Amino acid sequence: MNSQFRRHIASAALIIGFFVAWEVLCLGFGVRDIVLPRPSQIIYTLFARLPAIWPHAMQTLYTTLVGFGLGIVFGVLIGALIGSSRLAYDVGYPLLIGFSSIPKVAVVPIFVLWFGAGTVPAVLTAMILSIFPIIVNVAAGLATTEPELEDVMRAMKASKLDILLNVGFPRAMPYFFASLKVAVTQAFVGTVIAETVASNKGIGNLMMIASSSFDVPLVFAGLLIIAALGVGLYVIFSLIEVRVTGWARRNDEFAMG
Amino acid sequence: MIPITALEQPITASEPPSRRDAFVELEKVTHTYGRGERQVHALTETDLRIEQGDFVALVGPSGCGKSTILKLVTGLINASSGYVYVAGRQVGAEPVRVGMAFQNPTLLPWLTLLDNVMLPLKIVPPYRQEYRAKRKGEFRDRIETLLAQVGLAGFSNKFPWQLSGGMLQRASLCRALIHEPQLLMLDEPFGALDQFTREELWGVMQDLWMTRKPTVLLVTHDLKEAAFLATRICVMAARPGRVIDDSVVPFPRPRTVEMSYDPNFTVLTQRLRQMIMHAPSAKESVP
Repeated sequence: MNSQFRRHIASAALIIGFFVAWEVLCLGFGVRDIVLPRPSQIIYTLFARLPAIWPHAMQTLYTTLVGFGLGIVFGVLIGALIGSSRLAYDVGYPLLIGFSSIPKVAVVPIFVLWFGAGTVPAVLTAMILSIFPIIVNVAAGLATTEPELEDVMRAMKASKLDILLNVGFPRAMPYFFASLKVAVTQAFVGTVIAETVASNKGIGNLMMIASSSFDVPLVFAGLLIIAALGVGLYVIFSLIEVRVTGWARRNDEFAMG
Repeated sequence: MIPITALEQPITASEPPSRRDAFVELEKVTHTYGRGERQVHALTETDLRIEQGDFVALVGPSGCGKSTILKLVTGLINASSGYVYVAGRQVGAEPVRVGMAFQNPTLLPWLTLLDNVMLPLKIVPPYRQEYRAKRKGEFRDRIETLLAQVGLAGFSNKFPWQLSGGMLQRASLCRALIHEPQLLMLDEPFGALDQFTREELWGVMQDLWMTRKPTVLLVTHDLKEAAFLATRICVMAARPGRVIDDSVVPFPRPRTVEMSYDPNFTVLTQRLRQMIMHAPSAKESVP
């Protein structure tokens, strides 16, 4: 816990250093705020116009969390299916690879066509962006379960469901949490893409309007908000991961020592 | 193929009546791994009978199909041809509790020792139902008692990676025994241990067997171990895998490690060794 805390402090210091360097360089080279605003200008804009930004930020957070939640539910279901069935693996994997190769911006207009502009296309875009890493990791975690561990269960005449619940899923947990950290940031990307293309709410929409009126500090304030939300959720899932899958980490250290 | 009716009525008029008193029976069992040119004959026309409460050791060179027999009797694999009966029924259909311990401890790394040993109670009926009815506390006491019996008192809340190989193997034995199996399958469970731990665990195993009297099938490379633990030793030969000798171990119980240095004991292990080394038509021999 202590070394973890120190690690957080160190990374926070580096991040602050990055913003300080940005500020100093902008001042030193006399960069105009329409090209690249200084962090102080961005933060000033953020606080000065918080009442206007806040509802958009909440909209984006809400959309992302709903999409991410759906991504987890369907990602785990599809991942479990692909990871535990040979046939589903053979059929599902090529489909998944093809699906994930499609630029997600291209599917937003389709969602808009089906569901109209607004929250629903953004939720779906967040879901499809976050679902892929979850499926792949859950499937990989299940598929790489040691046969010996399954033999232990099969010798007890355990059902397939018993094996999945007692060996498969716990074994896949570290993979699952690794994917959540990637997936939650992807969900933000999905939400903002959809909001930029077709919505009248959310940070994506705010940034579109701000950039069309050359309000560059506001655009950057929007970026900052998204980044902060993304980091916040990442941290939350990292903390849950440490609690749930500590055995896997300690096991690695044990094996190395 | 096996007729469907055999699943429900394994005892038919055409079969020898003696089947009824054998707890485990292999009848003309052949098993091959792989297909085509790379096919390996693990077992050929093997017959084996084990009475209830017996402690049978299977010894033989590597690749003679010892572990295959274990897997067949446990139902982990199905025989290519022939029949495997447990408690008078086709394997898989029998309502017999089976415990199994492998050469690797195979404990689940995300569970403590207590929860690892708890696993069979969570899965195997009738404990499964009791587990759901929240009788965990009682089970916990039982597990602590068993862990203490194999020298693991006070370790029940440790995770597997915090313990040594010998301790893990002890816990693995506990997991194989906690649900009072009628049939216990041991696949070289002491193979990876140092000699002192191994000899100690022989004693532990013998005590557990003498108090609970499960039917045990032990696969081992160690002839001394077979002679120490088993009441019957079956010698197998490789290529094709089959049983070439089946003899009773005459030493009285409880046996001690000191007894294993007795001349009679050495004569027995020597005889087994000779048999394995000069097995007819075996192309490869490992003492």
